[in-house]
Amino acid sequence: MAEPAKKQEQEVKMTDEGLEVGASRLTEDKIEKVINQVLKAETGARLKTYVDTCVHCGLCSEACHFYMSNDKDPKWSPVGKVKQTIWEMINKKGKVTPEFIKRASEIASTECNLCRRCLQFCPFGIDIAYLIATVRRICHKLGVTPRYIQDTAHSHSVTMNQMWVKGDEWPDTLQWQEEEARGEFPGLRIPLEKEGADVMYSVIAPEPKFQAQLIYQAAAIMNVAGVDWTMPADMGWDNSDMAMFTGDNEIMGRVKRAHFETAARLRVKRIVMGECGHAFRSVYDTGNRWLGWSRPAIPIVHAIDFYYELLRDNKIPIKEKFKDPVTLHDPCNVIRGGGLMEKSRFVANALCETVVEMHPNREYNYCCAAGGGVINCGPPYKLKRVKGNRVKAEQLMDARARGAKVIISPCHNCHSGLKDIKNYYDIHMDIKFFGDIIYKIMEKPE
Amino acid sequence: MADQNKWDWEIKEKKVPIGEWKEHFEWVEEPYASPDGEKVAAVVNIGEGEFNVCINGETWENPFEKIWYVRFSPDGRLTALVSDTGEWTVAVDGVPWENKFGYVWNTMFGPNGKNIAVAAQQDGEYCMVLNGEPWEEKFQNMTYFAMSQDGTKTAAAVQVEGFGEGEIHKFQQGCFTAAMDGQAWDNRFVNVWNMAISPDNTKLAAEVRVNLYDYTIAVNGVPWEKTFGCVWQPIFNPKSGSVIAPVRVSGKWTLAENGKFLWDGRFFQVWHQMFSPNGEKLAAIVAPKYGRWTVAVNGQPWTATFSDMVTDMVFSQDSSRIAALAKEGEQWKVVADGSVWSNVFDMAWKPAISSNNKYVAAKVEKKGKYTIAVNDRIWSKECEAAWDPIFNSNGDKILLRTVENGQYVRRVLPVTEITG
Repeated sequence: MAEPAKKQEQEVKMTDEGLEVGASRLTEDKIEKVINQVLKAETGARLKTYVDTCVHCGLCSEACHFYMSNDKDPKWSPVGKVKQTIWEMINKKGKVTPEFIKRASEIASTECNLCRRCLQFCPFGIDIAYLIATVRRICHKLGVTPRYIQDTAHSHSVTMNQMWVKGDEWPDTLQWQEEEARGEFPGLRIPLEKEGADVMYSVIAPEPKFQAQLIYQAAAIMNVAGVDWTMPADMGWDNSDMAMFTGDNEIMGRVKRAHFETAARLRVKRIVMGECGHAFRSVYDTGNRWLGWSRPAIPIVHAIDFYYELLRDNKIPIKEKFKDPVTLHDPCNVIRGGGLMEKSRFVANALCETVVEMHPNREYNYCCAAGGGVINCGPPYKLKRVKGNRVKAEQLMDARARGAKVIISPCHNCHSGLKDIKNYYDIHMDIKFFGDIIYKIMEKPE
Repeated sequence: MADQNKWDWEIKEKKVPIGEWKEHFEWVEEPYASPDGEKVAAVVNIGEGEFNVCINGETWENPFEKIWYVRFSPDGRLTALVSDTGEWTVAVDGVPWENKFGYVWNTMFGPNGKNIAVAAQQDGEYCMVLNGEPWEEKFQNMTYFAMSQDGTKTAAAVQVEGFGEGEIHKFQQGCFTAAMDGQAWDNRFVNVWNMAISPDNTKLAAEVRVNLYDYTIAVNGVPWEKTFGCVWQPIFNPKSGSVIAPVRVSGKWTLAENGKFLWDGRFFQVWHQMFSPNGEKLAAIVAPKYGRWTVAVNGQPWTATFSDMVTDMVFSQDSSRIAALAKEGEQWKVVADGSVWSNVFDMAWKPAISSNNKYVAAKVEKKGKYTIAVNDRIWSKECEAAWDPIFNSNGDKILLRTVENGQYVRRVLPVTEITG
């Protein structure tokens, strides 16, 4: 396997106000009370079963990119992270120190992506991501959460989107993109608030904030494919959810309620979401359930699934296939979480002349190390994040050695995480969304 | 409400050939029908960067660079959000408000249509605008807009303290409050969300978060003494003036009144609570079991429950009946007083109950065609578009607004023509 180059960077320890200030306000009494409250009132048979069942076999270890990339140091293994956090809290019946909580929060929020790869290898099916998410919930209740992701959760709480996009900025951006796109697609519309459309298209807030071309591309695809679609003009348009990853379940529920009730208000048959993985987890699994919906109240269709339908039904005329060999990254939340691995390959093969498989792949693919809110914890943890995913770099280098020039990553967080990895390890590959490729190769008006 | 008795309930059919419009314009957007059914309108493109509104075949006198959110007010006036030379305002029957703004959105109407409000941004500051007049006070940000029941007052959650990117602890000290007619409360909160104005316009109640974990309802800025794990939008009791809101306690939901538990029952979810017109009954959409939804009246859930969603609950005028929509899988159902219609639909819209209580009607869709169903009987016509049906004041006639074969049709039928 090819060895990636490594930049010799000095790790500079940066302080995190979210952890430092939060921990400085704690007392041991408060910690004990909160831990036991969460364990008693919010966890049940699931947590007890996991804790009682684990036989410390360590089979989860080699599933974890952090462990593999940190020279198999046991403290980075999934079970090692559990031992350093929730087990200690349970064993000591909540009697732990503020310093312990600060470290537990850092481990839970920045050293585990909740990607559930370890779950694939546990002989008992223990979901370590659930255990780590419980640690995040406890740390949230204690007010000890990394600053940058906490700020994002605050944005969700005020605006129902993750990037402080204000009420006027959203429709204004859509109208600007619509106007731009009409230069290329005469008569194109981004239909706002069109009640009774088949599809509500939802995105994450970075798109209107600094990736507006993705909205342009989606509008072009909808237009060419003749989809009856709409976008809401009011709150509920953003499907993302960092509150889910800070353990602020109440804000998660509020954000998801806005999303589903907006779709219901617009009387759409289904919600089609852009190429985002964590948002899929929130709308398809976690957020809906917190509200009492055992399944999404309005069906959710991830972009991979939607493109699969459009290509299968020949709704997108293709001028010629994408020529550069591509490799396909399998994002955890839509592949392990949503089972879209074969549809993703159908789309890739329909669009591209050559698809080079990464190894391992599908539900065994290595995580990007950005997901689960880790990249959202910001600059203090960037170096740890990229150094903690050397195995991903090796995986990419291997695909590159077999001819791949482009990585397709149908997830925003994976996209950003892979970009950091390729830059750090000097891997000369381009990264694209499926939407980028469809837009590039589809037939457009002359 | 606009006086429906003044509407034409005699002429059986009136038509507007909207299909022809596309011959006169570059493109025609989706149509909207007036409440009385006499007018139908759509945004039309008349050239590059030039739009107008076509209403019954006639365009407004002046075009605009951009037009969106065409909506009829309850009194039949046509409003739209319009832009020229980079400024936005509201045009009513083609006449723009004198005041212009950086952006306007979220049009709201008072019940009789006389009052029209929007949210506005000007030079990075935010306020509500009522009938063209902005609040005197402006705010750094503004969300969750509300209008009083008579349409004369507007309110919103407003940001009154600035904070920079990543200033999480300043944020947690409380930078938000609520404002009515621009007058902000003195108290500040971590968050302020959905709100309601009392029927006498003297009180404003809102969902608030007092720190990252404790939620309650604040009335005129004063939070309830008790806090909860979460709360949803409050409403006012029309008779007593008390405030009722869903609250979450120990992982379950119930209703609270002025901070004290009102319902004994605990549910997996409670929201969209609503008083009957006479104020005697209090109903809400609830989940009595995880993943099962229904309506509860005065705390008692209907026996029938549904897997996906219950929505669009409505009381009859005399408060005796309730109808709602339910969704199971891909099927939408109409439920009246707990009884489910046998017909199922690909989509359904908010039900209407006739004033004589004999009929429940709803716009419904099957296989891409729209029609009207009354008392579980489906009207024979399949339409390209339809709007919500409206009963006359006697409850014996129904006003249907549809698009059939490219023609907009306003039709008045005896209800028995559908029910048989």
